[in-house]
Amino acid sequence: MANFTRRKFLQVTGGAVAVSSLGFPAIVGAASKKVVVVGGGVGGATAAKYIRMADSSIDVTLIEPNTEYYTCFMSNEVLSGHRTMDSIKVTYDGLKGHGVNVVHDTVTDIDAAGKKVMTAGGKTFAYDRCIVAPGISFASNIEGYDEAAMKTMPHAWKAGEQTVILRKQLEAMDDGGVVAIAAPPNPFRCPPGPYERACQIAMYLRAKKPKSKLIILDAKDKFSKQGLFMQAFERHHAGIVEWVSAEKGGKVTRVDAATNTLYVGDTAHKVAVANVIPAQTAGAIAIKAGLTDDKGWCPIDGRSFESTIHKNVHVIGDASVATPLPKSGYAANSEGKVAAAAVVDLLNGREPGDPALVNTCYSVVGPDDAISVAKVYDLKDGKLNGVEGSGGLTSKDSSPEMRAREVDYAYSWFANIKKDSWG
Amino acid sequence: MGCNKKALVALIGSVFMAGTTQVLAGSSASMMANTCAGCHGTNGQSAGPASPNLAGMSESYFNDSMKAFKEGTRPATIMDRIAKGYSDEQIETMAGFFAGQPVYKAMVPHDAAKAKAGAETYDKSCAKCHDEGGSLPGDDAGILAGQWLPWLQYSMADFKAGNREMPKKMAKQVEKLSDAEIDAVLNYFASQK
Repeated sequence: MANFTRRKFLQVTGGAVAVSSLGFPAIVGAASKKVVVVGGGVGGATAAKYIRMADSSIDVTLIEPNTEYYTCFMSNEVLSGHRTMDSIKVTYDGLKGHGVNVVHDTVTDIDAAGKKVMTAGGKTFAYDRCIVAPGISFASNIEGYDEAAMKTMPHAWKAGEQTVILRKQLEAMDDGGVVAIAAPPNPFRCPPGPYERACQIAMYLRAKKPKSKLIILDAKDKFSKQGLFMQAFERHHAGIVEWVSAEKGGKVTRVDAATNTLYVGDTAHKVAVANVIPAQTAGAIAIKAGLTDDKGWCPIDGRSFESTIHKNVHVIGDASVATPLPKSGYAANSEGKVAAAAVVDLLNGREPGDPALVNTCYSVVGPDDAISVAKVYDLKDGKLNGVEGSGGLTSKDSSPEMRAREVDYAYSWFANIKKDSWG
Repeated sequence: MGCNKKALVALIGSVFMAGTTQVLAGSSASMMANTCAGCHGTNGQSAGPASPNLAGMSESYFNDSMKAFKEGTRPATIMDRIAKGYSDEQIETMAGFFAGQPVYKAMVPHDAAKAKAGAETYDKSCAKCHDEGGSLPGDDAGILAGQWLPWLQYSMADFKAGNREMPKKMAKQVEKLSDAEIDAVLNYFASQK
């Protein structure tokens, strides 16, 4: 019997050995397995973490430009002053704890044929499977809304600096001012978001600037959770919030940043604070890498979230066409886990199993009043499918007691999804 | 560090065994259970402030709860809508996953003085079924130790309002307790680490 030292053991097995967190050597197959995750939002972070949890022999590198990330969810509560920017900030320390190699750099291109990712920092990362979670980029549906205009008429649809700009403008505004939210056309990130934002800002206005108004200029004629939001506008924000549908003159076509004016055709709305949320497409890197269809979003196979355009590349989160799932944070988290499980299966020579997904989305619409929408999803005839009879909205008739509980559960959603994704 | 060849072979064998294909009809237990984590925490370990921990819950308690949500016999904000998305078999599969997780006691904010007073009430009125401070996953008793206080309070409010049926033994005990005693004992459960 020979005595094996750890060094000898490594030599014998040809170096294809990783040491798991327990200190036991884990034997990898003939080759190492490399995954590169592009983007460290909720989808990308979740996928990276869940791959490592399922199979610690897989080498996972996550590439994300920012060292700190601000969640879009709950950022509307920063606008109303209910919470701080710090409370929506996450770091990548949690992922590092799971053995994810976190690289702060910007991916400039993906070579799907050569299976490698290139960065602005001049690095190249080879992969066996790539998961792209690029979020959104903005389309040019509103004339005059360019990079410079975003500084004075913030979208605040990617949380961070933009959220701070909008909050400061609200704080600086005189009582009696008009706040406008230009709501985008479908499809877009966080369908109930503009309307929850209206509720949150209205709470701030009622408390601090009660003579002010908020007008939602909408590119659509209907919107997510509409009945419940209209109830909230009436119940909590009467006299402050007004919603203007596209057909009633809500569709903003042009802005003039110099005068803070939004135009609906020839009709001008000169306002104190303009929150302009443009139309959206998949994040820029998805477009650059040729992962998008003619509408600007990324088609995927519902079982694995593998791109139907490029093999070995999976696209998750807002950028993917995961209909009937909405473009929400919870959906991105759920999709991240499906992609993670599929990638683990594929890298271990197995067929991916049947996916299971959930969306749960809360909106805090007034003091002690939150509403929600939920749905369970599976795969049916090869397509993502909302399970019949599942999910739906909070009842319009739900009691104040149950609405108050929904606020607690909204905050539980927030605490848990942050930890589940990045922790 | 020394290890002999036989052990090494056994180790390699076991690692490969763990990776063998398991054919499952429908989604796997972890695939389904992981969809809960966005609200109930990774592996059912909730970060609070209200969503209950599912980790370590007994299979029967999980099954009964989900079926009650599905049928609308237990008050709910959102779980009634979500439970309707699963067959009884799928619910049982998820129950197995969470029952296989270690019991998780969160660091729950609570009133220490009330928790201390609640210990006495617990011994007198609750310990028989919710043994070991409410940390044993008994067949039909949920895990109460280290659960988030708002959830404990909501559950008790539903019991007391008659919106959720209490087991006879529990009803008999609860009837004898004042609101202050109940408040204290809920703080006691939340305080368990």
